[in-house]
Amino acid sequence: MNFEVISTEIFILVLGLFAIVMDLVLPKDESRKSIGGVLIFALTGWVAYMFTMYVPESVIADGGTATRYFNDMLYIVDNYAIFFKQLFIVATIFTMLFSLDYMQNVLRYKGEFYALLMTALLGMCVLASANDFLTAFIGLELMTISFYILVGARISSNNSSEAAVKYLIVGSVSTAIMLYGISLVYGATGSIHFYDMFRNQHLFSAIGLAGATMIMIGFFFKLSVIPFHMWAPDVYQGAPTPITAMLAMGSKAAGIAVFMRVLYVAFPLIGFYWLPILAVLSAICMIGGNIMAIRQNDVKRMLAYSSIAQAGYMMVGIVAADYPGMKAVMFYGMLYVFANVGAFAALSLVEQHRGGSDYKAIAGLAKSAPVMAAVMTISLLSMAGIPPTAGFAGKLYLFTAVVNQGYLWLAFVGFIMSMISVYYYLQVTKAMYLDEGDGEPIVISGAARAAAVISVLATIIFGVCPEPLAHLTNLASFTFLQ
Amino acid sequence: MSIGLYHCLLLAAILFAIGLYGVLSKRNIIAILMGVELMLNAVNINFVAFNRYTPVSDLTGQLMTVFAITVGVAEVAIGIALAYRIYNDRQTINVDKLDNMKG
Repeated sequence: MNFEVISTEIFILVLGLFAIVMDLVLPKDESRKSIGGVLIFALTGWVAYMFTMYVPESVIADGGTATRYFNDMLYIVDNYAIFFKQLFIVATIFTMLFSLDYMQNVLRYKGEFYALLMTALLGMCVLASANDFLTAFIGLELMTISFYILVGARISSNNSSEAAVKYLIVGSVSTAIMLYGISLVYGATGSIHFYDMFRNQHLFSAIGLAGATMIMIGFFFKLSVIPFHMWAPDVYQGAPTPITAMLAMGSKAAGIAVFMRVLYVAFPLIGFYWLPILAVLSAICMIGGNIMAIRQNDVKRMLAYSSIAQAGYMMVGIVAADYPGMKAVMFYGMLYVFANVGAFAALSLVEQHRGGSDYKAIAGLAKSAPVMAAVMTISLLSMAGIPPTAGFAGKLYLFTAVVNQGYLWLAFVGFIMSMISVYYYLQVTKAMYLDEGDGEPIVISGAARAAAVISVLATIIFGVCPEPLAHLTNLASFTFLQ
Repeated sequence: MSIGLYHCLLLAAILFAIGLYGVLSKRNIIAILMGVELMLNAVNINFVAFNRYTPVSDLTGQLMTVFAITVGVAEVAIGIALAYRIYNDRQTINVDKLDNMKG
């Protein structure tokens, strides 16, 4: 057993246990912010350390192995997995940073919040590294079960429990469908290991194809691809805002990570036939998500539909099914984290101080909290893909990759829909800058301000010079395809 | 007539369909959770049957079942806790009444 390979997971698990223990040890009326502070500090250090785990290209060129395995190839740690783990950890760090005040003031159970956030993060990391369906299933459930609880964590609000129940029912049904698919694939091929699967011609029997299709449907539920998206808007609206952010960034990216691995490693041949269907689904996602986002009057709900559209954009890269496409997906996933952090940091502030997240609540935010209004505007423009933000570079990579594969119409749909999305993103800006609010200044804590400003800086820096991040994603996708 | 793989698969498929029907048609949260549980049990039968009747060397299918049962229990436990909270909030666990958020 090579435990060094899974050191990231062990570290996160220890942090989660630490949060539980500290919550018990600290006096009852003491603020739980200190736990969050320690976790942020530890995770930041670990992300920096993870840069040393990447296997450089030169090693592979010399014929070395790019991947390390734990437990008889069931658990794979390659550059691809490391990149996604870094993405999840960065998303968690930012979420905790801007939600320190939110959770202290709004939530009743604070220590548990941190502990569950850590288990959700652990689930995401397991997902990124899973190399068989059992590990993938456990990672997925570890993540979603933690999220069921976190979504319902706002005890003071009826919407929160409503959202949690809806998420639980849809989530467990999709789990059951996916498991049924896994059982059929297991029956057809006699294995649940990704590597055994793609060599096995029994996968093309009726049972195997039905199973693969059901597994795909399970993933579509988790990624909230339209026609399987019904749960997303309600859950996003009802959940505490930091959790909505985590759902949009982490949960979706984790789904994409494992989906790409299943599609390219386990079912490459079936995937070949699936690509046109995926292309159509991603077009539907981009069109439907953007159109429905226009008519929302709650910003969180609007962002939920916009995240459906973003899933569509990322699927464009999956449809390309080659090295530039994968690279574009990873690049886009990372900058989507930064854009989301900016938007949700501002939104959680609004929800905390004005008790809601609709367009009325954000009216006049530019007077009350000018920094946050600016951060929100830039983040939304990045989601829309306006230069010089990182969103532009990300969409450029995505659409170039897919055009090179001959899907010109898909890039065209994406382009038109990005233009349409500017309309509703700017509606938020209009409400913040032109509408009259109560004008009372909102006190922003240093941590929330830091999270928002750093994320905006990252958005702009990666928009102006995307090379460092692009290099990292190059490395990750290059070794994945070896 | 001896019981073979196809009988087990048929039973699992029927159970799965009944569970799905229950989830879609019932309005009580507890009943919906029972439907989910039926679907998960259908999966377990599938795994065990495949492991028993097809020529595989290891016990992966049965191992998978153990994990599926555990996860299913965790899901239902949280579901019941949430149902309890919904009942405290609104004095009903009818899912049709959960319509605060629309659009």
